Amino acid sequence: MHNHFDLFGLPPAFSIEGEALERSYRDIQSKVHPDRFAHAGDAERRASLQWTTRVNEAYRTLKDPVQRAKHLLELHGVDVAFETNTAMPPDFLVQQMELRESLEEAKTPNALDEMRKTLRQEKAALEKQIGNAIDSKKDYAGAAGLVRKLQFLDRLDEEIDSAYEGIE
Amino acid sequence: MALMQIAEPGMSPEPHQARLAVGIDLGTTNSLVATVRSGAPVVLPDAHGRPLLPSIVRYRPDGRVEVGYAAQARQAEDPKNTIVSVKRFMGRGVKDVAHLESAPYDFIDAPGMLQLRTAAGVKSPVEVSSEILKVLRERAEISLAGSISGAVITVPAYFDDAQRQATKDAGRIAGLNVLRLLNEPTAAAIAYGLENAAEGTYAVYDLGGGTFDLSILKLTKGVFEVVATSGDSMLGGDDFDQRVFCWVVEKAKLAPLSAHDMRLLLVKAREAKEYLTFHGEARITARLSTGEFVDVVLDTETFCSITQTLVQKTLGPVRKALRDAGLSAEEIKGVVMVGGATRMPQVQRAVGEFFRRDPLNNLDPDKVVALGAAMQANVLAGNKPQGEDWLLLDVIPLSLGIETMGGLTEKIIPRNTTIPAGRAQEFTTFKDGQTGMSIHVVQGERELVSDCRSLARFELKGIPPMVAGAARIRVAFQVDADGLLSVSAKESTTGVEASITVKPSYGLGDADVERMLRDSFEHAREDMHSRALAEHRVDGQRLIEATRAALAADEALLSPEEKNSILAAVAGLEKLVPGTDHRKIKKAIEVLNRATDEFAARRMDAGIKRALAGRKIGSL
Repeated sequence: MHNHFDLFGLPPAFSIEGEALERSYRDIQSKVHPDRFAHAGDAERRASLQWTTRVNEAYRTLKDPVQRAKHLLELHGVDVAFETNTAMPPDFLVQQMELRESLEEAKTPNALDEMRKTLRQEKAALEKQIGNAIDSKKDYAGAAGLVRKLQFLDRLDEEIDSAYEGIE
Repeated sequence: MALMQIAEPGMSPEPHQARLAVGIDLGTTNSLVATVRSGAPVVLPDAHGRPLLPSIVRYRPDGRVEVGYAAQARQAEDPKNTIVSVKRFMGRGVKDVAHLESAPYDFIDAPGMLQLRTAAGVKSPVEVSSEILKVLRERAEISLAGSISGAVITVPAYFDDAQRQATKDAGRIAGLNVLRLLNEPTAAAIAYGLENAAEGTYAVYDLGGGTFDLSILKLTKGVFEVVATSGDSMLGGDDFDQRVFCWVVEKAKLAPLSAHDMRLLLVKAREAKEYLTFHGEARITARLSTGEFVDVVLDTETFCSITQTLVQKTLGPVRKALRDAGLSAEEIKGVVMVGGATRMPQVQRAVGEFFRRDPLNNLDPDKVVALGAAMQANVLAGNKPQGEDWLLLDVIPLSLGIETMGGLTEKIIPRNTTIPAGRAQEFTTFKDGQTGMSIHVVQGERELVSDCRSLARFELKGIPPMVAGAARIRVAFQVDADGLLSVSAKESTTGVEASITVKPSYGLGDADVERMLRDSFEHAREDMHSRALAEHRVDGQRLIEATRAALAADEALLSPEEKNSILAAVAGLEKLVPGTDHRKIKKAIEVLNRATDEFAARRMDAGIKRALAGRKIGSL
């Protein structure tokens, strides 16, 4: 499998310097993007399309905390197993259910804004824990559980989006 | 197949001469063509000095076609054969088009895309659009005194795959080499951003004749990055005309109208709308074919109240794009207004109130898209030296996915993914011994397939019989830089592989496009032959030049044997280019392309290594 960190010349870590990633992404894109090869032969255009697709996918993966962590754990041989491992600590599940209930009751943009703010704080805290588990403690199995939690919160974030659309 | 218009067969552009490239804004109401002249983008006017070309096509019974002002002058007189706002029908079926009943045309419900019955026969919206593009191509060729090497055609950012494909086909039928489909708000952002040396996060609010787009872009040091886009491809200035029209019908208590009267009143409604931009009230008068005389006065207040829901409707996509971008209205540095419909004061006001800042109106909202497209065409044609050009990163507006069990959509590439993009997903069989699988490709955000747009269906056959759930079917999506999708599927457990590549189709097959191409050239066979010859000669010459340049730059990446085999392919092609057998030239082009495959891949790798090395030195 491709190591996305190598592609951008970055050290493989959960805590990444956003600006370095962005700069590296743009430097590479400016060399491989199809706009640079609009008048080139088929071979070059095909190579450009393949490269750009790969660079975009890698960039998207590294920008997103859940996907970045998943990729990093896979590089260490740990499968996050979103589909098969759905076992969650009971207190976490109770909390998630409560949050979804309050989402159903939130009927105003202000109420949704408030929920989102709290959620974003929780996500930030969880991301910090993941960074700690992967980068410092090298506890990859433990990190996988945290990543699954973070994915739960991401889903809730998406549901808040739909709720906004529902009341608009 | 790239079609090129050539002044004289055999004439190829001088190696170091700038290639003539144009940007075309194919609008709902008006279309324009622009180019870059001595470094500055300019709109090319017609022989009478008029920059706009009304997007109106009239088919006369004698088979002749009138486009633009001539057609516009006859629209009330000959409504059935005078097609206005054809863009609303591109890639659309009869059931997709709003207010179909008030359009005075004879529609035919064809699979995928509707058709129109005219005095000159049945026409597809693609053919109608190609007539507009042909006029613009000829205008550019006369004005620039040469053949056009390539064109960038703009499309609404919110156009789906079928609408994009239809636009690209219209370009091909018009004899244009379509270098790229470019999103209209992105084109506007290029023109605005470069003109004003803008940096930061901007929104482009583009309300055209028939479509609405809202794009959010990050502008940093020569990079235009679209962060999110949203819109409504069935909302535009035409809808405001429609509201005025309905108001007149109600106010004057008119009985059901003939096609002629309908068109007449729609024209009057549009005039009143435009008049109200600068005046407090507009008088609408018309003599109907029934002898009835309409005479009503519409004031600004009434106009605002009958169109208020339309203005509000644009704010939904604005909010959605901001959410997708993870930004608040306050974080937007400026809002660029594009499209003639943004001249309406109530639109300006609503946008100003929403973003709590005055919208940016310092570029002509009718021309900015064509100017931006011309600038991008100039870059794509290779007329800008490296370092002076810019990079454009755009996204797909709507999620792409396939139908799964129970009529549900499984998203494979989510909306706002940067293009080009590719992703694959694995699926499996649900019955024992199942040997075929039907794959239904859809586009849209809704959970139910029936609420999304169906792009293509295809069958994957020859799956070896296995127990349910054992087969591994990998469906791969690839979206190119035009935002166009291709899909392939492959079964790969037992070493038996079946794969198929589909191009999503909106009812026009490749054969239909070929036929339209042939129809559009009067002398079919000979003309086709000389066109094919001219076009392959240009392609061949271009490839020889590109290969030589690549060898000069990166010869070191090849072994002497590899270099020799490429040189042999170059020599083979070079010998055939002056000949008259276009098939042989085409073959030789393919041979050279294959011979340089590996070289191209290595050059790309080397380019990336250099980019990274440069970055590290730069950040030390």
